[in-house]
Amino acid sequence: MGFLDTLSGRTKPVQPKLDDLFALPSAAITLQAATGFTPTGSGSVCFRAVEGKTFSDIQAEVRELLNMDAGKPGGGLPVEVTKDSYGFTWLVSSHMSDETDALVTDLHAVNSALVDNGFGPQLLCTLVAFRDEQERRLALVYLYKRGTFYPFAPTSGQRRDNALELQVKNVLADDLKIEQDLAKWFPVWGAPGL
Amino acid sequence: MARTRYAPDRGLTVRMTATMFLLGLVFVAFVALLIGIMTAAHASGAAIVLVALIFGGGTAVISLFYSDKIALASAGAREVSPQEAPELHGMVDRLCALADMDKPRVAIAPADMPNAFATGRNSKNSVLVVTEGILRRLEPDELEGVLAHELSHVAHKDVQVMTYASLLAIVAGLLIRFAFYSELFGGGRRSNNQNAFPIILAIMAVSVVVYAISFLLIRLLSRYRELAADRSGALLTGQPSSLASALQKVSNGMARIPTQDLRAAEPLNAFYFAPAMKLTGGGRSLSALFSTHPSLDKRLEQLAKIQQQLGQVGPPR
Repeated sequence: MGFLDTLSGRTKPVQPKLDDLFALPSAAITLQAATGFTPTGSGSVCFRAVEGKTFSDIQAEVRELLNMDAGKPGGGLPVEVTKDSYGFTWLVSSHMSDETDALVTDLHAVNSALVDNGFGPQLLCTLVAFRDEQERRLALVYLYKRGTFYPFAPTSGQRRDNALELQVKNVLADDLKIEQDLAKWFPVWGAPGL
Repeated sequence: MARTRYAPDRGLTVRMTATMFLLGLVFVAFVALLIGIMTAAHASGAAIVLVALIFGGGTAVISLFYSDKIALASAGAREVSPQEAPELHGMVDRLCALADMDKPRVAIAPADMPNAFATGRNSKNSVLVVTEGILRRLEPDELEGVLAHELSHVAHKDVQVMTYASLLAIVAGLLIRFAFYSELFGGGRRSNNQNAFPIILAIMAVSVVVYAISFLLIRLLSRYRELAADRSGALLTGQPSSLASALQKVSNGMARIPTQDLRAAEPLNAFYFAPAMKLTGGGRSLSALFSTHPSLDKRLEQLAKIQQQLGQVGPPR
């Protein structure tokens, strides 16, 4: 925030950065080679819905758009919409585990629909889920406002496997823009699709 | 660049800038008058002004650097870890990620009064305090609105802005006192210095006027900062109605609180979500002039406007 904005008590809503999301498919391959974690095929977009009909209309449109291909080869399952206990909305898109490209395209469709309608600042994060053979869970979380990724590995209860997260951070350092400020790796407990 | 629905409120910005300009003008006039008086004066007058400046400046710097600790201590608040208050922390985490700002520390104050405040000179050193009363009374959506309002205060660096703005009033207030005491105790030496008496009297008179004007301007500025925080908070969550309903609940709750609690909370008033102390007597317009917070009606009116803005079909260009 600039000096003038501080003086006038004005925060400009932060616009999301969308492009870096497309680095995910190649990062998924690197991750699999180095750690054995494979994509589950499901991913989600999390945003804070704005009150009023305008926003819910847009949300319904996006859902319809994504469901058009559902059931066709490469089209994945119909999207699920859930609201978490914090009031944030999650659109979950499910594909086959080898369709990371199609998944990212789906997620991007949600982003661009919100941005095109002027609701870009409402986007919080996007999450792509991974598993390994021991059924350990891992998510790569993309922070829209910073354009960076961080790993999130929940274990039982509200605990996270920090060692695994740091390992993944180092593995993906060349593929993704990793969030360097560890304080911003906020946990998304119970995120749908994880 | 994407089109945005989040147009800034130009009117508010203009009014706020005008207020700050006036404060600056008063400051310049004050300094000019003091210099003018002192060119005719001797050591006694100059010393008083110097001491007041050092004292006032020192107080401001200390309160700025320790504002978070002072506020925590005087509210009896305790910092809580994410394990102790997972929901509260989760809410703050998400709002900070939405706004792309550093997360402040989070504390809970064991008071039944429903309120919240944020303090600290920058976002790294800030602490966001909520009372147990507000946690109990508000729905999650409403609490989120309150937190977004407080985070906007942090983002706007309101503690810094208000401290600098109050500096003038602090110095002027000290000068009044010093001049008064030096008049009281320095009387015997007056025969040595024929000029000292009118000079000290002049300093005192100027200080009184400056103090009065800057006091009103600071209150006005504080009200604008509150409106700005309401606005940014509502835009951040996209739920102006939740913030409005929180405001109503908190304001109604305030009226029921016993006086003792209210007085204990009064020094922190400027940073609270809703004013903890209502001025009694003096008529409606007068209390509006002295208030650190805008009236509930005014705040609700602004939120209704934002609601309309967010609901427009097709974003404004």
